[in-house]
Amino acid sequence: MINLRDKGAEIWEGWNRPKRTIFVFAMIFLAGLLPFSASWGPTSFLNTPITSFQNVLVYPVGMFILMALGLNIVVGKSGLLDLGYVAFFAIGAYTQAIMSTMLDWKTWEILPFGIMFAMISGVMLGLPALRLRGDYLAIITLGFGEIVRIIAINSTSTGGPNGISGIPNPPSVLGIQFDLMHPEHYFWLVIAMILLVVWMVRRFTVRRPGRAWEAIRQDEDVAALMGVNTLVYKLWAFVIGAAVGGAAGVLYASKVMVISPDMFKFDVSVMILACVVFGGIGNIWGVMLGAGILAYLPDRFRFLTDYRQLVFGLVLIIMMNLRPDGLLPRKKREKISEKSK
Amino acid sequence: MRLEIKDLRVHYGKIEAIKGISVVVNQGEIVTLIGANGAGKTTTLKTISGLRKVSSGSILFDGQDISKVPAHERVDLGISQAPEGRGIFPGMTVLENLEMGKFNRKDRKSEMKEDLDRVYHLFPRLKERTSQAGGTLSGGEQQMLAIGRALMARPKVMLLDEPSMGLAPMMIANIFQIITTINTELGTTILLVEQNAQQALQRAHRAYVLETGKVVKEAKASDLLNDPDVRAAYLGTGAAGH
Repeated sequence: MINLRDKGAEIWEGWNRPKRTIFVFAMIFLAGLLPFSASWGPTSFLNTPITSFQNVLVYPVGMFILMALGLNIVVGKSGLLDLGYVAFFAIGAYTQAIMSTMLDWKTWEILPFGIMFAMISGVMLGLPALRLRGDYLAIITLGFGEIVRIIAINSTSTGGPNGISGIPNPPSVLGIQFDLMHPEHYFWLVIAMILLVVWMVRRFTVRRPGRAWEAIRQDEDVAALMGVNTLVYKLWAFVIGAAVGGAAGVLYASKVMVISPDMFKFDVSVMILACVVFGGIGNIWGVMLGAGILAYLPDRFRFLTDYRQLVFGLVLIIMMNLRPDGLLPRKKREKISEKSK
Repeated sequence: MRLEIKDLRVHYGKIEAIKGISVVVNQGEIVTLIGANGAGKTTTLKTISGLRKVSSGSILFDGQDISKVPAHERVDLGISQAPEGRGIFPGMTVLENLEMGKFNRKDRKSEMKEDLDRVYHLFPRLKERTSQAGGTLSGGEQQMLAIGRALMARPKVMLLDEPSMGLAPMMIANIFQIITTINTELGTTILLVEQNAQQALQRAHRAYVLETGKVVKEAKASDLLNDPDVRAAYLGTGAAGH
């Protein structure tokens, strides 16, 4: 089987700076055109039956990519298994819902608060949970995801099981309107956030936090022996991941206008984790590709009704057998590590 | 006195693994802890480096009690460890592994270069393999890397946990030779844990014999080499004597 990642890296290494810049902008431009691909002849096969293609691009596709990137910092970069990631998404969404309906704030003002609340809850969960490792950590995070959802069901301020409706759309920016008629504008917004997160993750990865996460992932005890404050760096990974989830939540709530607890079930956490593993754990390009595919396919094959879940499962099983390290695995020398363990 | 352990007790859950050990390591010495599997050698080292919690007793480093200092701060105080099983970061290159040796480094350029030069001088083999992944090195090279990485932090005391483990006899001799060099040339104090008692006792100044979490003997290393009990228990049935 050909190694897509190495092939891609090889081509990229061969380019000079202007060539790379042009390529990046061309890709962003093409991605920006995606919402119109369904109505353009040659690419109309991309259109999703039943659901609106442009809406599918925002949720699940764009949102899943965003959240998968956030979860990848936790699971992929620092090797902490988080099964309750949806909690941060929910906290962001409820922040937007409550603050916009009760305080009449605008989405852009709420966004920093949504991120902040997600980060605070990340610290609250992380401080006790990150002292544990592996399976124990996974179970605690799973529990946390459920706690947040159950609180949302039982609390009056969150509207109980009915959730919150009448969440306003974000106000327009530079003449770009965000409303029901313009889902492509939301998609561009999501692309901008994805780019921001990619930039952030790449910054972190080449600097000290990236090195510390890498060391923790490979051997936590030895990392501590080298002087890495493991709890603090694990907490940072957790909190940054939470911030991305929270931002996605704020945006999501202002897009769909109605949220309820059943949107934030355990299966969302599992889906995001599946995106990360399917795409190539630890590699942001792989994770984005994986999330895009896994989010898009179920809607593309919606005409199969319930059988699409069967197809979906089969695709996962076959893919993980053929490419156990994901579509675009992380660097090879990093993989050796996991085998020799 | 560089390092002093006083009546140390360590528990794994309810099981007491270390039952009141006292060990003294003086400046410039090589001190070895020998003993069978499960005697508590590795646990003692891990407790000194902070990976295990102290139940009671104290660890004094340069006269300061460090038993409450978190593991990641003990490196900066001057205690480095080459852990059991080498603990190489398999996915990082040799250079990246060495750079990890002192994570909280302030001056990253000139000082780092000095440290790297010193390690490469001791282990020319590592210099040849700078950009190779740690996981693809041979056992002996990994042990060199583990010791080299510990040296990057300019330790006052270096803790070595079974550096001979899983190595060929030639390589074991080589590694022990380097340990002596580090001690004499750099003046680094070394606390060495070994199952290969023969080699360890030949290299060390003083030695402690551990049995099920207790110190049962303490003497000059050369005396222990000729001690009949130690010979019978740890050096084979006096093979060298006959």
